[in-house]
Amino acid sequence: MSQPFSATLRIAVLFGKVGPALLSVGTLVLAWELYARLSGISPTTLPAPSRVLAQAIQQRQALFDNTVPTISATLAGFACSLAVAFILSMLIDFFKPLRSALFPLFVISQTLPLVAIAPLIVLWFGFGLTPKIMLVALVTFFPMLVALVQGYASTDRDISALLHSMGASRMRIFRLARLPSSLPYFFAGLRISITYAVVGAIFAEYAGAAKGLGIYMLNAKNNFRSDLVLAAVLVSALLTLVLFAATALIQRAAMPWERLDAARKS
Amino acid sequence: MSRRLELRQVSKRFGDIDVLAGITLHVEPGEFVSILGPSGAGKSTIFSLLTGGLDGYGGDVDFDGRPLADARRPFALMPQRDALMPWRTVIDNAALGLEVQGMSRKAARDEVASLFGEFGLAGFEHKYPAQLSGGMCQRAALLRTVVQHRAMLLLDEPFGALDALTRTGMQRWLQTMWDRHRWTVLLITHDVREAVFLSDRIYVLSRRPARVLREIAIPLSRPRKDLASPEASAIEADILDTLLDPQPAQRT
Repeated sequence: MSQPFSATLRIAVLFGKVGPALLSVGTLVLAWELYARLSGISPTTLPAPSRVLAQAIQQRQALFDNTVPTISATLAGFACSLAVAFILSMLIDFFKPLRSALFPLFVISQTLPLVAIAPLIVLWFGFGLTPKIMLVALVTFFPMLVALVQGYASTDRDISALLHSMGASRMRIFRLARLPSSLPYFFAGLRISITYAVVGAIFAEYAGAAKGLGIYMLNAKNNFRSDLVLAAVLVSALLTLVLFAATALIQRAAMPWERLDAARKS
Repeated sequence: MSRRLELRQVSKRFGDIDVLAGITLHVEPGEFVSILGPSGAGKSTIFSLLTGGLDGYGGDVDFDGRPLADARRPFALMPQRDALMPWRTVIDNAALGLEVQGMSRKAARDEVASLFGEFGLAGFEHKYPAQLSGGMCQRAALLRTVVQHRAMLLLDEPFGALDALTRTGMQRWLQTMWDRHRWTVLLITHDVREAVFLSDRIYVLSRRPARVLREIAIPLSRPRKDLASPEASAIEADILDTLLDPQPAQRT
């Protein structure tokens, strides 16, 4: 008899978590809808959300065709960025002077305005996948590197001393203690970077591409179809949310002890 | 029979701060010896020297009659707090030392699994440290220490972070375990009662720079149950006087 009760309870708990988010988004969309309908503003300037949604459904094939390249660019760029960040973070952990040598360079790379750099990269590397991957990597690499380096440094000194007393090599201590210690930092960095990654890919496409959400937005804007621009924005927002949720799921699977720790601390 | 561990006039400086100022002490095989001293006196520095965590010190350290440098990692260390890895289950934490020694994870697990009952951890093999009480974490940490089969155990304030009641329970439990296994133990503590209850001998250290103020043999018979006995209380009071008197030189 407890089964239906616990199921109800679970739905209640779930709603308790997503309810406030639904409420805030719902309120915003409703206010927008009312304003667009009642103020007499031209749909070309500000289309109502209902119109954006209707257009999105009507244009779903075109939107889908343009979303696939954006997803590939995002994931490929992010994968490159992760691989390079991981290798460099390890080198920095083993050879500290590298940090002072490289960090200023990376900080400067983060100050480059995308508006200026995106067209240049497209100019140098063409309309293919390469410039997108590079731009996504450019915006996500440094946050991931910092997260990993900080994560290694967060290793409990008692655990390091213990492993040292057991005769573990530096490489062994890295693998047994420093790498697992960095996981919470890694996932925090991942959640932030994955949102940057989508924006980076769209920016690269905006600067020049055969297909993609970025170029779709540009074309829609040039045709005075702000409803289609916003439809593409909706798709990119959903894409970002899905990627964000995926990182949360991966984190849960990779760190089963984390929720126990959180429960103990609260 | 040669002494298991012997330190002669061991000194250590960090920059221009003297931490250890000529420590001389020894431990016999099968003996339980405590180093008792105020916080920040450099007690843990002695363990860091022994486990190779620090280079460059003065004086001599011999193990089984030969210089420590010739001995191959004779110590198993239990650090302050439990230092259990939150991402490893209890059994994998306990097996850590064996894994580092080169044993496969499976073989290491098999070896430590048989000891879980004796350490009061049966049924908790596959839990994470966060699911254990403070006392159980300390028992898991001690299990991780003894399964390494080293010639000597170094226990660094193992019960310092526990509440008073759990600590007393753990001290009694440790005494029972020691009576059964007779490990050679060097224990660091600032708890006078703990040192008196557990030790065969106690070295009382001064404030920094640390020197050995006194060496006290504890003649109480084992197993010890009654810490409130007049003999135990007299020893405890005597040690407290030594530790709390700011000018030991003026004592008669």
